[in-house]
Amino acid sequence: MTSETADPLDTAVIAPAADPGFLQRYGASIEYILIPGAALAAALITFGGFVALFGKSPLDLYWYMYYGAFGTWFSWQNTLTRAAPLILTALCTALPAQLGMVIIGGEGALLIGALAATSAALALQSMPPLVVQLAMVVAGMAGGGLSIMLAGGLRHYRGVNETISSLLLVYIALAILNHLVEGAMRDPASLNKPSTREIGAANMIGSIPGTDVHWGLVFGLVAALAAYVLIYHTTFGFAARVAGGNIRAAKIVGLSVGQLILTICFLAGSCAGLAGMVEVAAVQGRTNANLAVGYGFTGILVAFLARQNPLAIIPVAILLGGIGASGGLLQRRLGLPDASVLVLQGIIFVFVLASDALYGRIGFLKGKS
Amino acid sequence: MADGSIGLWTVPLAVLGGAIRVSTPFLFVSLGECITERSGRINLGLEGTLVMGAMSAYGISYLSGSPWLGVLAAGLTGALFGALHAGICSLPRVNDIAVGIALMLFGTGLAFYLGKPLIEPTAARLPAIDFGWWSDIPQLRAALRINVLFLIGVALAPLLFWAFRTTRWGLLIRTAGESADAARAMGHSVLLIRLRATMAGGFLAGIGGSFLSLFYPGSWNEGLSSGQGITAVALVIFARWDPMLCLWASLAFGGAAALGPALQSVGVTSGYHLFNAAPYILTLLIMIITCSPKRTLSGAPAELSITR
Repeated sequence: MTSETADPLDTAVIAPAADPGFLQRYGASIEYILIPGAALAAALITFGGFVALFGKSPLDLYWYMYYGAFGTWFSWQNTLTRAAPLILTALCTALPAQLGMVIIGGEGALLIGALAATSAALALQSMPPLVVQLAMVVAGMAGGGLSIMLAGGLRHYRGVNETISSLLLVYIALAILNHLVEGAMRDPASLNKPSTREIGAANMIGSIPGTDVHWGLVFGLVAALAAYVLIYHTTFGFAARVAGGNIRAAKIVGLSVGQLILTICFLAGSCAGLAGMVEVAAVQGRTNANLAVGYGFTGILVAFLARQNPLAIIPVAILLGGIGASGGLLQRRLGLPDASVLVLQGIIFVFVLASDALYGRIGFLKGKS
Repeated sequence: MADGSIGLWTVPLAVLGGAIRVSTPFLFVSLGECITERSGRINLGLEGTLVMGAMSAYGISYLSGSPWLGVLAAGLTGALFGALHAGICSLPRVNDIAVGIALMLFGTGLAFYLGKPLIEPTAARLPAIDFGWWSDIPQLRAALRINVLFLIGVALAPLLFWAFRTTRWGLLIRTAGESADAARAMGHSVLLIRLRATMAGGFLAGIGGSFLSLFYPGSWNEGLSSGQGITAVALVIFARWDPMLCLWASLAFGGAAALGPALQSVGVTSGYHLFNAAPYILTLLIMIITCSPKRTLSGAPAELSITR
């Protein structure tokens, strides 16, 4: 070794195949893939150990998880169908995160969006399907958007912590949903499971041709791409990131922080509201308590695992959609409780957060400095 | 009004009984969170701790036949979760709010997983003391059947108030919460103080959970806690990190939470779900009224990330 001290050139000695410029340039990007990937692997190993405690074989577990998530075309379709709402609810956490806000109310915005979309469809029964569907999208997005905008507004104008208020709004949204579904909006024919009336088969948004995956996936992909462009390639997104980095600096340069917060929160909530609309118009056909299956909470995990990057949300949502899709198989073949998916998600979340400590500390990735 | 019936008086009586009964988990979680937040860290994961506590208390009580062993197990589980939270938070650049969310999801998931076989069997419950023996009104007697845990919680509030003000431990916790640098300069490990404070907070939250499964509602199922933990965390904020105010706020919350079932018992069934959401709406309203964007809240520990 000829270089005198530990300078960046050392990396070339350790990894001779890569030229030092490559690591210098992409070291940080590699970290963003390597560290969450390692956290995910550690979580899977821990979960394997956990099920081994209950006498199940971890290798069977991994095989069934893979098979149930990505093993067949059928499981791929199941995975993608679950990924669609996850992309949208993850955006509900990832967009406010650009402003440094932690919003965890995606589940509530999803429920409000579903209620609003269903109401719009029921009010416009006589209209052509395209008009009804458009109205459902608008209503769902507006409903979800307003609920998160409320949390953002309370934060900005009243100093109320947005994490707690958005979570409280989830419980309030659930109460409103149950109240309406069992009262004013109840379909008298729904006896065991109180529900609203159906929106009608003609108004359902259907599947992507050649698949059983509904159009909600396309909604999700478009929303994620749009969010990415908005955050990284527009002045508005730049302003949001400035405000997220240093709110005082943002105020000094004359950014209207309040407007930024309200707009971003509305957009975030409208994504989750759209997820609710999709679940109604593509899966359930009506609103009832079945909608509260936790897509909003899994979305928080997706956003954190994707490091709040709208593009990274897409593969992560597919991955977690896959874990969700394999839950049924784990239950049938291995006899694991349905909550095992929740346990795995919790373990992943814990490892991903703990892995935050590793950034900038992995020797061979230290490109510069 | 017919003889023997107390008519609409049922509602305030049921609310009083509810305030005593329903407030206990709020009280324990908020006192626990009070200790944790005073040390300068927020643990949003107490919702998960509460559910884990409820599950482990029920399980241990079922296996051992002793509800008090169950309470102890719940406390220890809670302390373990507190240690996990504190352990992850002591890593550099890890956000305590995010860890709390993670543990909230992990705790509820794990409790549902481990608690699956516990939904069917019946475990030994905690006993209640009958303080209403002097009265002939059955509703009043029902309202005054008080659990020992509630009394412990009520005693704990002034004890903590005193401990924060006058004991060495109280001072250490407050120092870590007000200025980590000062605590460090005095030669104390801030991480260690926060670890202990978070474990103590988890211990109390776990006990709060044991009350849910062993006394009221008194069974284990997956819908046992719906946000009591997180409401209690919010409650600490407007109780201004004061244990005595936590006590009064918990009682008010218990009353609000009992409003729905109380009205249902006299035949007011419309809006049942909305009345059940009363504690959340109340929390939100009180936070809106008491918070302000211009100043940090009086009494807030300076190191606390949530009020900065």
